[in-house]
Amino acid sequence: MATNVLASVFASGGPNCHFENSDNPCGFPAPGAEIFQFDSVLTFQIGSIDFNITKVTFVVILSVILVVGFFLYAFRRPRLVPKGAQNVGEVGYLFIRDGVAREIIGKDGDKFVPFLFSFFFLIWTMNFMGILPFAQIPATSVFAIPVAFALIVYLTWVPLGIYSQGGWQFFKGMMFPPGVPWPMYFLLTPIELISNLIVRPFTHAVRLFANMFAGHLLIATFSVAAYYLLSATVIGIIGSVASLGVAIALTGFEILIQALQAYIFTLLAAVYISGALHAEH
Amino acid sequence: MFTLIASGEEAAPSVLAVPVDELVVGLLAFIIVFGALGWIALPKIRKALAARTDAIEGGIKRAEEAQAEAQRSRDEYQQALAAAREEAASIRTQAQADRAAIVEEARSEARAAAAAVTASAEAQMAAERSQATAQLQREIGEVAITLSSKIVGQSLSDDARVRTTVDDFLASLESLAAQREAGH
Repeated sequence: MATNVLASVFASGGPNCHFENSDNPCGFPAPGAEIFQFDSVLTFQIGSIDFNITKVTFVVILSVILVVGFFLYAFRRPRLVPKGAQNVGEVGYLFIRDGVAREIIGKDGDKFVPFLFSFFFLIWTMNFMGILPFAQIPATSVFAIPVAFALIVYLTWVPLGIYSQGGWQFFKGMMFPPGVPWPMYFLLTPIELISNLIVRPFTHAVRLFANMFAGHLLIATFSVAAYYLLSATVIGIIGSVASLGVAIALTGFEILIQALQAYIFTLLAAVYISGALHAEH
Repeated sequence: MFTLIASGEEAAPSVLAVPVDELVVGLLAFIIVFGALGWIALPKIRKALAARTDAIEGGIKRAEEAQAEAQRSRDEYQQALAAAREEAASIRTQAQADRAAIVEEARSEARAAAAAVTASAEAQMAAERSQATAQLQREIGEVAITLSSKIVGQSLSDDARVRTTVDDFLASLESLAAQREAGH
């Protein structure tokens, strides 16, 4: 298992693995899934679970510290007239409260602001770790992390729906969408049931994971290409500089995707909660 | 399902694998963030925002009250101003009417005074005239008597004497008139 992108390059061809290097000919060492695998620095066991502390664990811990630290600091003594960090924090709070909770869930939305707020800023920070120098791995590009988040959302909205609509009413609304001629239910009911209860949490997790995974892989690929093509030839310089330019452009694009995917995940969580609270399909 | 991408030559672990330890790390991460933010940070800012809303709405209410107050006093002022203007106008009209009346009164008084003066002058003139007429008549009578006696006392045939007598008479008349003129 490689610990970083350059290590993966060395592993496949050595440090001199370069385009047009006749001494050490090697193909382009395209980074693959292995760049998301990290060596564990510490292994221990709690109960029957083996814990492998890797770079991803540290990135997760760093994200938690950043999010909790920033908002505890920003909202430590809120002033009537905000300034500095409180101002920034308030923009985030009002964005989630007005833009997501009240917008999607309605007047019951205020209760879910902390839930949605925590998801948005934790995921955004974890995504941002993909471009933070030295961290350079989005924690959300490790599938287990989005799965954990999607699981929490799933375990929130399903009991919430049963609690607020009643069990039968909740599953009836899910299985028999209104406004459909009854024979259609033979076809629709299994589809709806599978789509809502099984596919929905899966896509919720995969959407976030795949976006961050693909983005990170793209940046890694062009970064490796910039290294691989770098040689004292015209084609080498042009290729290397172009690859580096693409890697930088993709990094800028990733900043957008990071915020967008955190927002989409949070928005979908709000949509699921809203569907659980209100009976209409 | 979790082995879709894991088609590498070596035993590369699938990217869709979900190791329990990483899952637990993810769950813990969210629980810590949710706990710290949901129980400590966000209630504070919620309270602060509510306080701010109150402050702003209170401020707006106070401003509205002040504005209403200002509006009311402005209305009162304008009413007072209008009343004052009206009063001034009525006073002015009254004054004009008064002035006209005073002028008219003065004029009529003057006219009456003039008439009185004229009347008294006329009466005096009339009295003087009648007095003069009476005196003249009396004097003419006396003169006539004197003249007659003179004429009778002297020879009437002497034309020169008659003529002289008449001349004397006329002269006496003239002197009489001069006397009256002087005596007046």
